[in-house]
Amino acid sequence: MAHPIRLGTVAAAATLLALSACSQGSATREDSGEDGQVVVRYMEFSSNGGNEQHLEEIAASFERENPGIDVQIETTPYADYFTKLQTAVAGGTEADAFELNYENFVTYAESGALAELDVDGGAYTPSLLEAFQHDGAQLGLPESFSDVVLFYNKDLFAAAGVPEPTADWTWEDERAAAEALTDTAAGVWGDYQPATFHEFYKALAQAGGQFLTEDGSATAFNSPEGIAAATWLAGKSGTVMPTEAEGAGTPDFDSTLFREGKLAMWHSGIWMFGPLADVPFEWDVVVEPGDVNQASAMFTNGVVVSANSEHPEEAQAWLEFLTSSDTTVDTRLNAGWELPPIADQDKLAPYLEQTPPANRQAVFDALEETVLPPVIVRQQEMQDAVTEELGNAAAGRKTVEQAVADAAARVDELL
Amino acid sequence: MSTSTAPRTQRQLPPSPPPKRRHRSTLRYGGNRLRRAGIVALFLAPSLIPLTLFTLVPMVSSLWVALHDWNLITPMEFVGLANFRELLTDGDTWAAFGHTLGYIAGYLPLVYLLGLAAALALNTALRGRNVFRAAYFLPVVTSWVVVALLWRWLLSPANGLVNHVLGLVGIDGPGWWTDPAWAMPSVILASAWKDLGFVMIILLAGLQAIPGELYDAARVDGTSAWQRFRHVTLPLLSPSTFFVVVISLINGFQVFDQVYVMTGGGPAGATEVVVQQIYDLTFRYGRAGDASALSWLLFAVVLVVTIVQVRGQRRWVTYA
Repeated sequence: MAHPIRLGTVAAAATLLALSACSQGSATREDSGEDGQVVVRYMEFSSNGGNEQHLEEIAASFERENPGIDVQIETTPYADYFTKLQTAVAGGTEADAFELNYENFVTYAESGALAELDVDGGAYTPSLLEAFQHDGAQLGLPESFSDVVLFYNKDLFAAAGVPEPTADWTWEDERAAAEALTDTAAGVWGDYQPATFHEFYKALAQAGGQFLTEDGSATAFNSPEGIAAATWLAGKSGTVMPTEAEGAGTPDFDSTLFREGKLAMWHSGIWMFGPLADVPFEWDVVVEPGDVNQASAMFTNGVVVSANSEHPEEAQAWLEFLTSSDTTVDTRLNAGWELPPIADQDKLAPYLEQTPPANRQAVFDALEETVLPPVIVRQQEMQDAVTEELGNAAAGRKTVEQAVADAAARVDELL
Repeated sequence: MSTSTAPRTQRQLPPSPPPKRRHRSTLRYGGNRLRRAGIVALFLAPSLIPLTLFTLVPMVSSLWVALHDWNLITPMEFVGLANFRELLTDGDTWAAFGHTLGYIAGYLPLVYLLGLAAALALNTALRGRNVFRAAYFLPVVTSWVVVALLWRWLLSPANGLVNHVLGLVGIDGPGWWTDPAWAMPSVILASAWKDLGFVMIILLAGLQAIPGELYDAARVDGTSAWQRFRHVTLPLLSPSTFFVVVISLINGFQVFDQVYVMTGGGPAGATEVVVQQIYDLTFRYGRAGDASALSWLLFAVVLVVTIVQVRGQRRWVTYA
């Protein structure tokens, strides 16, 4: 008796294994969902880290209105998302619809991996809609936009007797406050802004410099402005901000530090409003201090339909709902997530009425002076080279001047 | 390696030569050749089909990819040998090979000496030695990701156990994986810890294949323990040592998992080994053509090194 049973168990286990192996991310599978529904798979990164349930709510609402469609969300952290997406596209296993940031949209648009969309477009802010056009074709829809502001812990400022930041602050004010607020004995740090590519191109614009020359053929940041920006960023590590050896740069290190009330000022994105709503201290935001200029980083994400999708119409219907429906607008505004890209500014009004933070107007004030990341073909190599050289300066392995010169030389080779 | 699988009861016997004529004699009874070939194919299929699909086909394809510019998304563009030319003139390639050789230079002696020490200790009549053998072998069968995360935490400069203990005795521990000078030693330490059990098992089998009479004879000749180790154990262990060196060198050239998890090639590129470079080129920078070309350069280097070793073994490997 024992033998047939054991054989049966083995066979069942083997079948299960085989089935689960097949069902792992296969674009060719014809999963009809419940009651013959059409399944739309959607790959994304932007709900990761605290907004997952908000995206689920939007999807559930879409499914209620479209009972014939089952949306299956696949979330990957930003750090791994583009590796996974690239591999999925190369292997033909990408989802029906997926998310792209602006920097990566061009590569995918040129590759022919994206399906052309047929949308009215009137619901969207025109400039954001245009950002996802390529050679006259609408290959993507804007999904959200966001910017970076200066978060600060009001309780720490009050305890240290330091006046709170204002929109008129410059680097010098931030530096002085950060030094006054840093109390290493208590484990409290004054400031957090890593010396990375994304902080550097922004600080460079604040210092009045330019990353590339006008025609984009060479770097322009090995300049007094570039050195000023790099000095500003690299000088924080170990003085008013934890060093890499103390944990800086590891995932969630900065958000944990701020949440625990051990960080007075934090340069971060407005997508953190929701995740920080429940912290047990008072906090607010201001537009980031500039130097000779004001300049805030702005990011925009888009969504696209795969050219290989078997259900492009259903996929597009989901994306239109995801980007411009009233449900999405309400969910995004209530959650304090990235903002919806809609043209009707009146719908954004409820966003300003919520707290924390009290000064939500800063989110829109920051949009008045924005700087976009420089985009080149070998984007990731450029970002890594700049981040590595700035890291050398921050850790004291190179002088700031040497690090900036080396970074410029390395980026020049990539152009 | 017949030594590694020799049962302990046979330790007194010299290794028996392989029965050379068996093949011919079975052929005579085998019926027609076609049917035999079919049976052979049937038995080979379970290993041959996966090997073809997942090793041979990808290998040949990667040679094809190496002749193209390809970012995995847009169509491939034929460039001939340009990728190889570019790699050979790129300082990053030489740096990656340099880091890999640095890793091997630290890892190989360390893992061999630790493995030899463990094998010698556990070859004695120690109480509970089977428990120790299992304990030393446990890391070998543990996932690299788990081990690397564990070591990353142990060696964490800010709040790791190692620096905490060093702090208790008044030593200011280094920035293990955040300091470029210490990052490679950190990786080497973790690798040697994980792999020493494997080396130990191979050497242990080798030690047990050494006939006891040789030690008895050496004792009668009035040798010291060191002389017996130097002139009996080491020479007769040399086939096992050779195997360990060949395998460890190949593994050393292919080092990746622990680097990817512990340092990701950093800080400041200090642990950017060849396979990490191949990974970054493909999946971070969308340069699959360059990455494939680099894979073939690595293959060529490993092949040459292995041929040199196999040729050179005559000088120092003693087969009893």
